[in-house]
Amino acid sequence: MYAFDIEMPTRLEQVIEALKDDENQVLAGGQTLIPTLKARLAVPGKLISLSRIEQLKQIAIDDNSVRIGACTTHASVATGVTNFPALAALAGQIGDPAVRNRGTIGGSLANNDPSACYPAAALACGATIVTDRREIDADNYFQGMFETALEEGELITELRFSVPLQASYQKFAQPASRFALVGVFVARYADGVRVAVTGASEEGVFRWGEAEQALNGDFSVASLDGLSLSAEGMLSDVHGSAAYRAHLVKVMTQRAVADIT
Amino acid sequence: MKTINMIVNGRPVSQTVADNRLLVDFLRSDLQLTGTHVGCDTSQCGACVVHVDGKAVKSCTMFAVEADGSEVTSIEGIAEPDGTLSPVQQAFQDYHGLQCGFCTPGMVMSATALLAAHPTPSETEIREYLEGNICRCTGYHNIIKAVLAASGQDVSALPAE
Ligand SMILES: Cc1cc2nc3c(=O)[nH]c(=O)nc-3n(C[C@H](O)[C@H](O)[C@H](O)COP(=O)(O)OP(=O)(O)OC[C@H]3O[C@@H](n4cnc5c(N)ncnc54)[C@H](O)[C@@H]3O)c2cc1C
Ligand code: FES
Ligand code: FES
Repeated sequence: MYAFDIEMPTRLEQVIEALKDDENQVLAGGQTLIPTLKARLAVPGKLISLSRIEQLKQIAIDDNSVRIGACTTHASVATGVTNFPALAALAGQIGDPAVRNRGTIGGSLANNDPSACYPAAALACGATIVTDRREIDADNYFQGMFETALEEGELITELRFSVPLQASYQKFAQPASRFALVGVFVARYADGVRVAVTGASEEGVFRWGEAEQALNGDFSVASLDGLSLSAEGMLSDVHGSAAYRAHLVKVMTQRAVADIT
Repeated sequence: MKTINMIVNGRPVSQTVADNRLLVDFLRSDLQLTGTHVGCDTSQCGACVVHVDGKAVKSCTMFAVEADGSEVTSIEGIAEPDGTLSPVQQAFQDYHGLQCGFCTPGMVMSATALLAAHPTPSETEIREYLEGNICRCTGYHNIIKAVLAASGQDVSALPAE
């Protein structure tokens, strides 16, 4: 690791101020950033730790929505988001218990790993990504592998979800990394169904429009029978070919629908 | 450099460390607590698991300064002061839950955290909880048995593999 200082501010305004220097980088759970620093793939001037900012660790629940502070750990989402069981279950399946005790929802969404779980939930639910300067719709937020709408020094402060009538996340875990080889989040709202897929595409998380259309007509496993996804543009590696991933997308979507019908 | 204060295995410590000092290096090199192991250094294997304020974390993937003000327990703090093994440690011995022993400190720390949260986990829950702890020797079976036994449950129901 290169040498760098770590600042541990206690107030949000101090974090925002420190991030005006574009040499500085925010440290959340460190579960992605620390390995990156060890590999000398990042050279921050200073790391600005969020660990002392209690305001970013709150979960606020009401009848049909939930607001989650960016620095809430996966473990806290798994136990604290009681009005949205599918999201709690997703958080409870990320990595392993030690990763869940440190890793945060804001860190995951800022990083936007193409195989990460939260991006599927955020996109399927049309979540709002709240930052220190604006509110971003999930539909405009994800811009390809590791790419997001975040600007230099922009800090995610909160995630807002409206709770679907029904939802399920089905993850086919890559057994070595425990990330999603393919993960599908199906969310059913009064005004329609949304289906978001992670782990599969070279473009990162995406909505599967044909499946949404089919499920809006008839919310059943059978309504997806005739669909197939092209392997073009799908990730391909030693763990699964593009064709295999394309097939898994449909299987995981059907499992998600079966889970809630 | 920062001066950090924490309670490690029940004893207050105060030391000045470089900001980028990892918690695992602080424990192993600065405090000479070499029971915590480094298997992968990339947060995959779980050999470095310790408890920070009661929660299992991978100490290779946390900075020491972030544990400032916390209570840290490493494998050296698990047995009684007189050397009597904890129930989890004793069960690992009784059920041959280790061979080379490299993964064992992390396994014991994870299993201890599991039993603190869920005193009587099922076999499946134990396997899920230990997902981030990798063992190259045992094939896991005797580890699962040991954790089940440490929780006071009957291990004869587990198939002998
Ligand atoms: C063994 C292992 C298994 C894993 N398995 C999974 C899995 O199954 N599914 C999954 O989804 N993830 C998985 N992860 C990733 C894990 O969820 C990480 O915790 C997460 O991707 C990053 O969150 P963090 O809080 O650790 O962020 P950090 O590592 O601290 O930061 C990551 C990046 O985001 C930036 N950042 C952090 N917080 C903010 C913020 N509030 N605003 C703006 N930028 C910010 C940082 O500057 C950095 O660039 C796994 C990780 C490990 C080590
Ligand atoms: S050494 Fe920390 S997880 Fe392997
Ligand atoms: S006993 Fe050798 S790695 Fe587990």
